Amino acid sequence: MDIWVSILLTIATAATPLLIAAIGELVAERAGVLNLGVEGMMIMGAVGGFGAGYLTGSPWIGVLAAIIIGVLFSLLFAFMTLTLATNQVATGLSLTILGLGLSGMLGTSFVGLPGQRLPNLDIPGLTSLPVVGRLLFGQDPIFYLSIALVVAVTWFLFRSRKGLTMRAIGDSHTSAHALGISVIRYRYLAVMFGGACAGLAGAHLSLVYTPQWVENMSAGRGWIALALVVFASWRPWRVLAGAYIFGAIWIGQLHVQAIDLSSFANSSWLIYQPIALVKSLPSQFLSSLPYLATIVVLVLISRNKRLTMMNTPASLAQPFVPER
Amino acid sequence: MRKRLIGLMTAAAALALTAPVQAQEKFKACWIYVGSIGDFGFSFQHDQGRLEVEKEFGDKVETAYLENVSEGPDAARSFERMARDGCKIIFGTSFGFMDAELEVAKKFPDVKFEHATGFKTSENMGVYNIRFYEGRYVSGQIAAKQSKAGVAGYIVSFPIPEVVMGINSFMLGAQSVNPDFKLKIVWINSWFDPGKEADAAKALFDQGADIIVQHTDSTAPLQIAQERGLHGFGQAADMAKFAPQAQLTAVVNNWGPYYVSRVKAAMDGDWKAESLWEGFKDNIIYMAPYTNVPDEVATEAEATVEKIKGGWNPFTGPVAKQDGSEWLKEGEVADDQTLLGMNFYVKGIDDKLPQ
Repeated sequence: MDIWVSILLTIATAATPLLIAAIGELVAERAGVLNLGVEGMMIMGAVGGFGAGYLTGSPWIGVLAAIIIGVLFSLLFAFMTLTLATNQVATGLSLTILGLGLSGMLGTSFVGLPGQRLPNLDIPGLTSLPVVGRLLFGQDPIFYLSIALVVAVTWFLFRSRKGLTMRAIGDSHTSAHALGISVIRYRYLAVMFGGACAGLAGAHLSLVYTPQWVENMSAGRGWIALALVVFASWRPWRVLAGAYIFGAIWIGQLHVQAIDLSSFANSSWLIYQPIALVKSLPSQFLSSLPYLATIVVLVLISRNKRLTMMNTPASLAQPFVPER
Repeated sequence: MRKRLIGLMTAAAALALTAPVQAQEKFKACWIYVGSIGDFGFSFQHDQGRLEVEKEFGDKVETAYLENVSEGPDAARSFERMARDGCKIIFGTSFGFMDAELEVAKKFPDVKFEHATGFKTSENMGVYNIRFYEGRYVSGQIAAKQSKAGVAGYIVSFPIPEVVMGINSFMLGAQSVNPDFKLKIVWINSWFDPGKEADAAKALFDQGADIIVQHTDSTAPLQIAQERGLHGFGQAADMAKFAPQAQLTAVVNNWGPYYVSRVKAAMDGDWKAESLWEGFKDNIIYMAPYTNVPDEVATEAEATVEKIKGGWNPFTGPVAKQDGSEWLKEGEVADDQTLLGMNFYVKGIDDKLPQ
């Protein structure tokens, strides 16, 4: 049983940064802004979180700093694309490239330093419960935050007036503008929220996942988060599911590689055969499984044109200039 | 537009004219890294070597480097840029640069090229490599002595001969202590991804390994070992400060002396393209201090290092291949050619080698 708990915990740790970054991007995209700079904001959050945590000795200040840096970095993007109405795709890409380079430069002096780790939750009596104890009451604080974010964003988008307005802006910024809604202001806030989430995801990397700073440590997770948003057809709960499926496939294939097939010799063929089959696949294929899954889902989703149209924010990635 | 283009071309021409003048004053040595110098592993160690060259020659040399250069055909651009920038000697420090570097070397016959861990050479391109497997054999012995479960977890990147050689050597070292030693192998298909490396370490520990070995570049697996109160080995650099209670030792790459000697040869005009493959006895690798092990284990490990320095090869028969067929007869020593092209496991490894 212990091994299953441990596997689930590992999956949660792998899924959390993807989930947080994706939920932030989801809000920005729901408001009609495509920010391809998630990777850049995430890595800036990671270096900022590590640095602040290291210098102050408090990982909590690190988390806070990561969020602030994520917001500041996203403001750069917001100013370019919203105020100056530059192309969102190009600006987002350059934000990622800038973030990767800048974080490497800022982080030079942090390389090789052992960092702070955000402590796991520990509630006397509850955390030590068998099986559920560590899963429900013994994880890192950012994990709980990620779940809370999904709940909060769902409520905001689909149950609140402001959320409705935001979705309206994402679908038709000209109509929203005609109704007297401040499109730019909403979009600024949405992008900043995305930045805060990406920064927090970065903090998870450098303060929980692997408490250290190394250049390029986000290793493409920002891009996976972007894919997850499309994968989830812009729905928060599907982002949650997507992030965990992604994590589960990834961790699962590691375990299958490490598993000793002979220890299953006495199990029924229902268990033995699938494991034997997966184990016989090349590891390169297994490593690419989460990405293949994304492509398959994207293909399946896009088969139904009407459904795709309904879900995609209609004015996504289109620059908006109020005067027009 | 046309005017601008001409302007640019003039500027480029002016640059091209000034560059050689600078180069005459100082000897320019350049490095190309696959990772970032901040990885605290493989590329970091190469860069330490570059800094040693700077220290040794002071004003007489100028060094430059490019980091995070992708392997494969694309790397040619980086080599070409270095060659055009007036570099007199260029060190390509990753296996996957091989073909790109060779191609550029042909275009620039006056520039000296050195390629780490590969096997293709030309008139002006030499190769250099470390017998990493010597260090891994020692690690294997220590692992077998320190593991209570008799199982080690091995995190690996890509199935190239270098990596396979390391796995085999580690296993032979472990088997010399415990013939029933087991190895669990996980391929993550990346040289550097702290998150994935940490996940792999967790998976291996969950599956019953109590010692972790890696052929990937970050310190993450050792940190997981530390968290769980288990043990592991540092990779390429001494990683003890990340995991003071977990690191048993590390096989440290010490490129500095090699780089100094090659740059000196190039400056003096004595440089020749060579194929060098050095190990413990040349001090290009050494074992980091043995920590968290009993004294006698450290002493025995040191004895093995001395034995290897004395000329003994860990790949000395009898050794059987994975399928049980004979590879090396009693007393037979593997030749370098076989080792450099190694694409099979030795007996006792329960994994299918990805092809």
